[in-house]
Amino acid sequence: MNRKLHGVCVPHRKNTASLAAVRLPAPPVVTIPMSMHIGAPARPVVQAGDEVKVGQLIAEAGGFVSSPIYASVSGKVKKLGELLGSNGRSMQTVVIESDGRMTPKEDLAAPKLDSLQDFLDAVRASGAVGLGGAGFPTAVKLTVKDPSQIKAVIVNGAECEPYITSDTRTMLDRADDMMDGARLVQKFLGVERIIFAIENNKPQCIAKFRGLVKAEHGMEVQALRSSYPQGAEKVLIYHTTGGVVPEGKLPIDAGAIVLNCTTLALIGQYCRSGMPLVEKCITVDGSAVREPKNVIVPIGERMQDVFEACGGFSEEPGKVLYGGPMMGISVPDLEQPILKNTNAILAFSKKDAVLPEPTACIKCGRCIAHCPLRLMPAEIESAYTLGRMDLLEELKVNLCMECGCCSYGCPAHRPLVQTNKLAKAQLAAWQKLKKEQAEKEGAK
Amino acid sequence: MKLVVATSPHIHSKNSTSSIMRDVLIALTPTLIASCVLFGLKALLVTAVCVASCVLFEWGFEKINKMPVTIGDLSAAVTGMLLAFNLPVSIPLWQAVFGCLVAIVAVKMLFGGIGKNFANPAITARIVMLLAFAGSMTHWTYADAVSGATPLAIVKAGDLASLPSIGSMLLGTHAGCLGETCIVTLLLGFAYLLVRRVISWHTPVVFMATVFLFTLVLGRQPVYQLLSGSLILGSVFMATDYSTTPSTNWGRVIFGFGCGLLTVLIRVWGSYSEGVSFAILFMNILTPYISRWTRTEPFGGVKA
Repeated sequence: MNRKLHGVCVPHRKNTASLAAVRLPAPPVVTIPMSMHIGAPARPVVQAGDEVKVGQLIAEAGGFVSSPIYASVSGKVKKLGELLGSNGRSMQTVVIESDGRMTPKEDLAAPKLDSLQDFLDAVRASGAVGLGGAGFPTAVKLTVKDPSQIKAVIVNGAECEPYITSDTRTMLDRADDMMDGARLVQKFLGVERIIFAIENNKPQCIAKFRGLVKAEHGMEVQALRSSYPQGAEKVLIYHTTGGVVPEGKLPIDAGAIVLNCTTLALIGQYCRSGMPLVEKCITVDGSAVREPKNVIVPIGERMQDVFEACGGFSEEPGKVLYGGPMMGISVPDLEQPILKNTNAILAFSKKDAVLPEPTACIKCGRCIAHCPLRLMPAEIESAYTLGRMDLLEELKVNLCMECGCCSYGCPAHRPLVQTNKLAKAQLAAWQKLKKEQAEKEGAK
Repeated sequence: MKLVVATSPHIHSKNSTSSIMRDVLIALTPTLIASCVLFGLKALLVTAVCVASCVLFEWGFEKINKMPVTIGDLSAAVTGMLLAFNLPVSIPLWQAVFGCLVAIVAVKMLFGGIGKNFANPAITARIVMLLAFAGSMTHWTYADAVSGATPLAIVKAGDLASLPSIGSMLLGTHAGCLGETCIVTLLLGFAYLLVRRVISWHTPVVFMATVFLFTLVLGRQPVYQLLSGSLILGSVFMATDYSTTPSTNWGRVIFGFGCGLLTVLIRVWGSYSEGVSFAILFMNILTPYISRWTRTEPFGGVKA
């Protein structure tokens, strides 16, 4: 096997791993954003005053790279509104007042699956997007020109971020949905190899799937070292198949497709029952949460309501996140809703909300040693400070996947990955400008 | 409710510059104890004076220039301790203080402080002192205060019969700088730094191996070459200084090899009997170039 890519040993803090998810009662209101995925926002097909039921289409895909959205509660559409998202952009929302009954739509039925196209349509109709956090529309990912290119489908059960255990719960509690999904993917895409990739800090999940794949053909379980960022797409592909995704290319160019385990479970669920993506199992944890637990909540429920259902706060939180502490997004207020790709919400005390102040770089090389993609964050930082775009290009900052290992391990507490993000944007703008200028020159 | 909004990551490892420097100080402590046993309490006095003056010079420089005070990162203390370890126990204290002035002010602070200096402060200060105070810097005493020759000087003179035994070499019961002779405690410190992941093995091991193999080929007492002078002290504690050495593993291998080669060249053909300091300083100067030659190959990167 190839040499492993580097990473960091983060604290696991999987406090909620043994707690089966609890379904919360219907919230009074849900706010469902139309941009919960990468690509064009979905287009609402309901209006204020419409009655909706759970699983009813409220917004259709706004393009090829997009995803439809379904009502997550039964009740009445209150309004089509606007919400300032955690990314700082305003997005359209559909606000539904719940009648508290959670009545499912009556005519939900399993889709007819006769061909690959039927299957891809079903995946699209399920509302599936990368549920691990990326939010890339799954149907787009599975639309491959030549399916024989797919040498392996990797089911991502690494869950390498601290605190989060919602994928663990999916693997333990929805293994049947996952296996259904895996068989469908195998059948319609003609995949020879399905790999369940699970970090070895989840022995119960590994044991469960080792048992389940025994009866299957072409499915295997790989127990991976618990090392952050094991679940990052490029890292996972390399560690399970040895495939390297080349710069600027897609996983399929390395013969692999990676599906998050919860996404796979959704595909299985939709193809069996016709119930699309309307709820999420999420982990609620962090130093400011009184009763950390896993909960199943309708998409669009306000964070505030979810935290209250977990006993509220033990102290006033100083920072609240979507996702884990390594790559999670901090939110400005608790009005933010649960999204399709939310797998955890964490609240940290004031003490844990602020990181230590940076000091001078001592050139220890830890950032280089930790970087899974073998970049040189300290060099990138100095190139960025000097405004040396040519050097940033040479150092390939564009490859950075923003996992944060460099910042995590830096003894001088330098904002390295943060600088990488800025440098990536600046380099892209510079390269675009350079290209335009070259074209102008060529036109003359 | 006021929430902090910041970009990820939101947690941090326990590493800090001061925790690293504290580990280096801990790794040096067994050798400090050994030096007191071997050379008397004067060794402790010299070390204390060096540490205190280095810290004081850094503090003073920063106060005068209205810069943030950084003595809390403990790097000045490490420099002081390392410089002391490179001095004979009989050094006049005022000369030691002068050495600290050179190390901290001239070599470190004038170039921008921690992380910015290109030469190792303790090594450079030692070389300056060797030139400025040639007499007291090569006046070796051991135990009974009778001045003696160092094993390297003995090897150089070809008087092999009067070399100390291997056991004596390991324990450090012979003439030399106060922190360089006790190999056992230095290796203990090396092991500690490796376990704590403060340094990587590359530079020290390649450095030592190069000296050993090169002198083996030349037939120049490879075992004594390895165990004497400041080779172990220098390769473990000075050639692994972050700021002044490459930060990639291949860079560290090249650095260690260059140090080893230069050390042997100076020891065998130079007019000094010891060459570790000169070798490290020379390689310090080459470090930016070595770093450029040994950039990492990004994973999945496509050559433009």
